[in-house]
Amino acid sequence: MVETKDTAPASADAAPANRDAANWARPVDRLSAAGVQGAKDDAVTGKRVSGPLQGFGQLWQKSFSVRLEGADIAPTDLIVLWKERFPTFWPKGQSFYAPLSGIAPGEVALLEIAPLPGAPVKLSTGVLVLYADDESFTFMTPEGHTLSAWITFSARRDGDVTIAQAEALERPSDPFDELAYMLGGNRQNNTFWQATLGNLAKAVGVAEPTVETKSVCIDKNRQWRYWRNVRNSATIRSARRTLTAPVRKLTGRG
Amino acid sequence: MTATVIELDQKGPASILRIEGDITSASEGDLMAAYGLAAANGATAVILDFSNLEYMNSGGIGLLVTLLVRAQRGGGKLVATGLSDHYRQIFELTRLDEAIEIHDDAEAAMAAATA
Repeated sequence: MVETKDTAPASADAAPANRDAANWARPVDRLSAAGVQGAKDDAVTGKRVSGPLQGFGQLWQKSFSVRLEGADIAPTDLIVLWKERFPTFWPKGQSFYAPLSGIAPGEVALLEIAPLPGAPVKLSTGVLVLYADDESFTFMTPEGHTLSAWITFSARRDGDVTIAQAEALERPSDPFDELAYMLGGNRQNNTFWQATLGNLAKAVGVAEPTVETKSVCIDKNRQWRYWRNVRNSATIRSARRTLTAPVRKLTGRG
Repeated sequence: MTATVIELDQKGPASILRIEGDITSASEGDLMAAYGLAAANGATAVILDFSNLEYMNSGGIGLLVTLLVRAQRGGGKLVATGLSDHYRQIFELTRLDEAIEIHDDAEAAMAAATA
């Protein structure tokens, strides 16, 4: 509803109580993933968060949705399932290490992602759980991730059918990430989330799920002032780690 | 869920959008319509007044990003005022405060918007 007025502004009374207080992560200057088991945390611990306003590349708005036809599951139950079993819906070869306390506001998870199928280098990075409620949860990426992004996983009802959705606002983080994105990374990213939504749908009994994808570049401008994001690049860090592994092994520097 | 109510107040080159109730992704139509009206009225700067904001989820924050992109594309400016400590923290956490100036009161916001 939009109303127009030409009168003087009312005085600013105290803001009403907000119902969302418990759903947001508390403010954090630097991330810590020290408690997450299964992966190295040095690509995330000590890093700041980096969202779609802090990336270098063009800004993309994406939506992946799947109708769970025939599945008798309410949106809130789907979100419970999705949070509990989040890593299991990822395509093979990609790993998500959830915090011990689960997907909850303020928690940090670690990721190991193969940038290309079968690639010898795995990208080590993570995400902050920025927001979570009964019907959705949102991740925000740290400095160094290939994307500076928010991604929200949600479920809603459409008549008798529950719809699962993943929506992202993302910019490639640095010039190299932008180049990789343009040369196939964008399409690969879409394939990843299509597969994830498909796996989720199959898990609740949908035999042949159809994932609908919408992907729009909403800002064609590159933010050149963020070219220095490359200094935090998890891709470069991971590649260097992989290439120097034999030398480190020989010299005992693990 | 409380509905989104947006009140538009035109003051010269700036418009104030007073947001009441909830901001979620469902608010997109109303918020973009209000912005469009402000721009059509010649506003080069828009002040988002959050004094009566009751609820915002991550969809709402995403909406502010798309609004910011639209404003920047048109050469306009967005500033914010009326944020409670809670919502100011969310702006800082999401680093939205690096792109949208935050001011303590409407007068300061107006001065910044029209500078």
